[in-house]
Amino acid sequence: MELTSHQFKSVSSAKLKDVKLQKALYQAKDGFVVSRAKVVAELDNFEEIRQAAADVRDHCLAHLDLYLEEWEKQAQAAGTIVHWAESYEELNALVVKIAQDNKVKKIIKSKSMVGEETGLNQYVEGHGIEVKETDLGEYIIQQADEHPSHIIAPATHKSKDDVADLFAEKHQRPRLDDAEKLTHEAREILRPHFLDADMGITGANFMIAETGSTVIVTNEGNGRMTTTMPRVHVAISSIEKCLPTLDDFALIMRLLPRSATGQVISNYVSMTTGPKRTGDKDGPGAFHVIILDVGRTRVLGSELREALRCIRCGACMNHCPVYQNVGGHAYGWVYPGPIGSVLTPAYNGIENAIDLPNAATLCNQCGVVCPVKIPLPDLMRKLRERQYEKNLKSSTEKWSLRFWAYLALRPKLYSVVTRVMARAGKVLGGDSRRIKRMLFAGQDWTRHRDLPAPRGRTFRDIYINKNKTANR
Amino acid sequence: MSARENILARIRAANKTANIDDVMDGAVADRLGSPPISALPKLDWESEVHFKLRCKESASSLDEIARIEELPSAVNRYLSKNVLPNKAVCWPEFLNLSWAAEGIQMESRGAIGDDKVGLTGSYCAVAETGTLVLLSGPDSHATTSLLPETHIAVVQRSRIVKTMEDAWRLIRGEVGSLPRQVNFISGPSRTADIEMTLVYGAHGPFRVHVIIIDQ
Repeated sequence: MELTSHQFKSVSSAKLKDVKLQKALYQAKDGFVVSRAKVVAELDNFEEIRQAAADVRDHCLAHLDLYLEEWEKQAQAAGTIVHWAESYEELNALVVKIAQDNKVKKIIKSKSMVGEETGLNQYVEGHGIEVKETDLGEYIIQQADEHPSHIIAPATHKSKDDVADLFAEKHQRPRLDDAEKLTHEAREILRPHFLDADMGITGANFMIAETGSTVIVTNEGNGRMTTTMPRVHVAISSIEKCLPTLDDFALIMRLLPRSATGQVISNYVSMTTGPKRTGDKDGPGAFHVIILDVGRTRVLGSELREALRCIRCGACMNHCPVYQNVGGHAYGWVYPGPIGSVLTPAYNGIENAIDLPNAATLCNQCGVVCPVKIPLPDLMRKLRERQYEKNLKSSTEKWSLRFWAYLALRPKLYSVVTRVMARAGKVLGGDSRRIKRMLFAGQDWTRHRDLPAPRGRTFRDIYINKNKTANR
Repeated sequence: MSARENILARIRAANKTANIDDVMDGAVADRLGSPPISALPKLDWESEVHFKLRCKESASSLDEIARIEELPSAVNRYLSKNVLPNKAVCWPEFLNLSWAAEGIQMESRGAIGDDKVGLTGSYCAVAETGTLVLLSGPDSHATTSLLPETHIAVVQRSRIVKTMEDAWRLIRGEVGSLPRQVNFISGPSRTADIEMTLVYGAHGPFRVHVIIIDQ
């Protein structure tokens, strides 16, 4: 997928003014945040489970070579054909080659974020092979020729009316005005494709080393269709999705659906081990898995390592005050929200996504809800430090920080300057006690909101005065 | 060098850079050899009671029968009550019951696009989440629980286990290696991709009916 993170500021400004998007984000926020809180509270030992999950992820990453080798051994023993890819181009080419070798004309696809990274659909279609997305959200996005704005709910930025217009146009049927009817129309349209597609592509939420399996977690059933109906199944995944054992998976499953959609469990958890067996009446005759490493090993050896624990639940974005206001598209790549602000620069180069690690108040909502305890604010802070070292910060920001450092090292001067500013602020705030427009670097701050005006006295003054009163 | 060799070499180099203690190597073999179970929540409920509760929460309906011979009348009861067609496909294990006596046209085969009702058994069930566990195999078509709009599943009371970990233990002990697909099914297919509105019957069944049997 094309990277547009450098436009973060302009795109997010536009998104803030997009009334429809703001309504959609508001709805989604309530849905995800409230339902998550409810099912997390049901567990008596949520924190213990989180810690255990973080430990398992760390353990697996520390021995990732051994676990991947074991996974491959078990997968091959079950008849799975395993491929490895070091670039997006390599993965896409492998998929097309498998399709061509099997004379595939039509592919049905279940949601895959790795596929979004590699731009798989476009590539495959460029080779004359039809690809149908089948997750309802992804299907909507594909029809609209857009990118997902959320990793769990790809079409969360679209309103029911948007979908109604889109379906009426694309399906050439009367316009429907009800989420249920729209969903069932998509079901009706996609069902024949499930039945006659030659190949199915899915992602893999996890790869289980113990058994050589891949797992997908879905609610709609399109994942089961995609892994069962066509004669060839290709799963695409990336190296860090490995888990040691089935019991480690069971542990993680207490966290993933709860953190993602606020469910105790997702409707369908489908664990696939190899192709159709002797005697089986259904299932694909060939099962391929392609394991990708783009950027992952670089992150593994870096200070951002903990980001690889991610199980792609989306809780960090659902709880992020920045994401809640600008939506996923502003982030300009596959993964939005706090995890995107870490992974996008980590995978694409920090100079290509300067704004993302800075588009955070470091409030740590993301860190608190992350089911595998990724210290997201710390990682964003580390990226900011690297930006500073690499001289990637704007000159305004650098000079502002230098000016502040100069003052902070001179307590008497600091006291005088802050006193002047506190008083000037009071005057500027006037009766409304709000500063509506600042100059220079302050322009960006007051463009979208007022600055509460200082009340005329500095913290130091009040503190000294209070001590005097107390000592009297 | 192949992509595989390159990737594995980079992983090793990265873990070395990150100062990961490699003395733990035995731990990998240990973990794979006898997988540890960690951080179980308090499971202070009776399995069957909790299973039924979770089934209802995930929008499955429930019935109970004592003997397998009662299955046709239980299925008939459900189909009539919900005004559903009296024609169904099933796993072979159920074919030789007296379906005709209940006016049900039953066939034993995998489901195709037009089938409206599918009847399956289950390998076991998980109480913690109200989940049916189905293993693919020569006598257990995956399509039967997937394509029809209504999925009726038979669960043996004695095979309702507490957790997913228990289900894995059962499979390791009784089956050995995993079949092509293990499917955990918790209620009817659903989506909330349009304005967070919950809709049943996204691509899979609109309805899941669970019949618990004693024997």
